[in-house]
Amino acid sequence: MPLLFWLLVWECAALWAGRRSLLEAWTAWRQAGDAAGLLRCLWEGQTFVLPAPPRVAQELLALAGTADFWRTAAISLCRVFAGAAIGVAAGAALAAGTAAARWVRLLFAPAVKVVRAAPVASFIILVLLWAERNWVPVIIAALMVLPVVWGNVAQGVDATDGGLLELSRAYGFSRWRRVRLVYVPSVLPYFAAACRTSLGLAWKAGVAAEVLCLPRLAIGTQVSNAKTYLDTPGLFAWTLTVLLLSFALERVLGGLLGRLERGRGGSDCAGDP
Amino acid sequence: MLEIRELTMSYGDKAVLDRFSLSVPGEGVTALSGPSGCGKTTLLRVLAGLEIPASGAVAGLAPEKAVLLFQENRLFPWRTAEQHITDVLPRPDRETAERWLSAAGLAGEGGSYPAALSGGMARRLSLVRALALAEVRRGWLLLDEPFAGVDPARAESLMEAVYALDLPVLLCAHEHHTVALATRRVELEGPPLGVVGS
Repeated sequence: MPLLFWLLVWECAALWAGRRSLLEAWTAWRQAGDAAGLLRCLWEGQTFVLPAPPRVAQELLALAGTADFWRTAAISLCRVFAGAAIGVAAGAALAAGTAAARWVRLLFAPAVKVVRAAPVASFIILVLLWAERNWVPVIIAALMVLPVVWGNVAQGVDATDGGLLELSRAYGFSRWRRVRLVYVPSVLPYFAAACRTSLGLAWKAGVAAEVLCLPRLAIGTQVSNAKTYLDTPGLFAWTLTVLLLSFALERVLGGLLGRLERGRGGSDCAGDP
Repeated sequence: MLEIRELTMSYGDKAVLDRFSLSVPGEGVTALSGPSGCGKTTLLRVLAGLEIPASGAVAGLAPEKAVLLFQENRLFPWRTAEQHITDVLPRPDRETAERWLSAAGLAGEGGSYPAALSGGMARRLSLVRALALAEVRRGWLLLDEPFAGVDPARAESLMEAVYALDLPVLLCAHEHHTVALATRRVELEGPPLGVVGS
């Protein structure tokens, strides 16, 4: 229902953007019974400024009929996924390191703050100087994800119940068992939240990097081409592709994280009366 | 025999133990009773090696063999009742978990998480976890308010399990029914902690 509502809003906005031609088509229909012109206006909206949803769907279907579309989408998906996975692994490892030794946190905190605050475009251009263009989106996605995961996981480690840690020491748990039974379940909700946030971030950063680096097969390159040739329906169709891929990946990841959290069992509001 | 000699400890400016001394026989259950906040918990934490006193000495108790039942339940929200017992036991002793759950009146609750247990059930689980570990370690058993929220009949049957271990036990409590279950009683006051009588 909300989706239908927003599609309707989009259609109305597209009609408003093309109101002049809509008015002309309306007049032609009233005077000469030209229904085809009116239907075309409703179908297309204002193709240059804001195409209507049916026109974008038509463009997307046309793209989906080509093998290049699927190759391009698959390669971009792999780049973003690889970047996100590297960022998650590096962020979690860094958080574990900072939890184990305070000096690691002191050492890495300024660098992570810089990565978090610096404009993505600066990083993209800089990394483009150092790395092969196909790898830039992967590195950028990883760089954007790393601080989020590090921050969340470190917060989870800090929030670990001191009482349970004291008990695990008093009851002679080994270091590994303490990690497995106390730290990992405590940190898991923070880690899952970081992964969910990171995925959207990885898509944004990865596609932005592709737009600036123009790898041969990339959604970002297609977005850039659409800009160059003023192909607004194409721009919308590729953006929609990113959205659909992002939702699909989010769903798969959400399912996996949900299983992990269910495997953790229990609830955090348990414990002392 | 447990010998506590001249223990001194404070939290900031507040002296909780001020040259506190006590001798406790190394057998049976000794109840330390006194008002809340008098320093009983601090004494047990010092004996368990969780707090370092400013001065004084303890003889006749090895902290690495002692088992402390904490004043709070400290249950893992993500572990089942049975896992709470098996987690503290070496692999060969894990089949005793069912026996301990039965002793706590938690037979059939092995798969339940702490959130599904009542306050009294959670306390009993916490207690039998400590008892299971004490059976393996064979050192002093230090129980801090073991029956808080547990009804007297259940407390009595759990106390039988404590006696069955045949370990020296130091028990802090302020409810009369708990103190009455001990072999001997030491009346305390404080802070700073002091012996009123025994």
